[in-house]
Amino acid sequence: MEGVSKEQVYEWLSAVTDPEVPVLNILDLGIVRNVAISGSDDDIEIKVFITPTYSGCPAMDVISIGIRMALMSRGIGKVSIELQLSPAWTTDWMTESGKEKLKAYGIAPPHRKAFQPLGLFEEDKVSCPRCGSEETELISQFGPTSCKALYKCLTCKEPFEHFKCH
Amino acid sequence: MNNQKLLLDYTLRLADDALIIGHRISEWCGHGPILEQDIALTNTALDHLGRARSLYQYAAEQFNQLPVEEKKSIFTSVAIQNMVQAGASLDEDDLAYLRDGWDFKNLLLLEQPNIDWAFTIARSFFYDVFNYFFFDQLKASNDASLSAVAEKSLKEVTYHLRWSSEWVVRLGDGTDESHKRMQHAVNELWSYTGEMFTINGTDKAMQQEGVGVNLEGIKQMWTEHIKVVFEDATITIPAGTWMQQGGKEGRHSENLGYILAELQFMQRAYPGMEW
Repeated sequence: MEGVSKEQVYEWLSAVTDPEVPVLNILDLGIVRNVAISGSDDDIEIKVFITPTYSGCPAMDVISIGIRMALMSRGIGKVSIELQLSPAWTTDWMTESGKEKLKAYGIAPPHRKAFQPLGLFEEDKVSCPRCGSEETELISQFGPTSCKALYKCLTCKEPFEHFKCH
Repeated sequence: MNNQKLLLDYTLRLADDALIIGHRISEWCGHGPILEQDIALTNTALDHLGRARSLYQYAAEQFNQLPVEEKKSIFTSVAIQNMVQAGASLDEDDLAYLRDGWDFKNLLLLEQPNIDWAFTIARSFFYDVFNYFFFDQLKASNDASLSAVAEKSLKEVTYHLRWSSEWVVRLGDGTDESHKRMQHAVNELWSYTGEMFTINGTDKAMQQEGVGVNLEGIKQMWTEHIKVVFEDATITIPAGTWMQQGGKEGRHSENLGYILAELQFMQRAYPGMEW
């Protein structure tokens, strides 16, 4: 096997998706922090540094398996994954194309910079990913996964999920 | 204690806090008053458990580097003594599932039972305010692992605090019944709040080393913050100044035993079991 470039590895990693939000790959999410390639020829070792979205996110284990399988299927024998907590993940790292994919999938993407904590009883204004209406209402700050909140559109009446700014 | 053991004690205490409050909150799973709040608590419990895992992994790493004689002197349980004897390394699960009650260093506040919604909210609120200021300071720790956990956790604690504060106001400034229950829960749990700020040998040494935080400073910020939210919630701050303590030294209320009986049963009865 010839030498492997970082770009090549990133391209392989773009096939690994989030098990909870399958339209997003791990690059869209911004959880791949770095890639280190060592060795050569038939003894290439790749180390992938990833950061968890939330401390208890159960998807991280599945994502790690996904990374291993994606790289091993390309003939990489030695794959290691390092979990890195700092700097802490933020939705500010999500790519624009990731946000577009989320919206097309029916999930309202993060719409503002993270780290502007809301005051008590203050709600984020989120537009409906289906009809675009700004008349929406928060149902629950917490949803089926740590990263999502539940909203309802008052115009088209559809409930939807919002990928929280974090 | 030498510095290695002090850092282990400090790390484990933070891990135990996270595991025990996470377990308590998770007991609401499937029992929440409405689905959205059931999900809120389950999400929060998951954040605490995630933090517990990071800290137990770090604690295990520290433990495994100690000389054998020191390893033997730290935890009493036969299961862990046997592992040390056999030269085995400990991992995060061993620390959570195989230690005895007196080796847990969590705050007494966090092992108190859920009782009702007001007790659950009051317990979380007192702890969330503490966590918010604590992790904000711990970010500056010169221990890179603790600092990273703090940075990560602070973002989660910020929304935990917002959630529990809103509920304190909603119940306190709600109906006569909700006000009565909120005030009752605050009164009953008050004597468990002082322990968050007691400075024992570990706290003192870790602060001196630049690893830990100054609990005096946290206490002031905590007290100020509680005042503001309680005013909104029409809740009176209890006058009592006598405070329970013991958790940091491994002396617990009977509640911890029941938690561990449930939490540890499988691994104690069927060692090494996996599914």
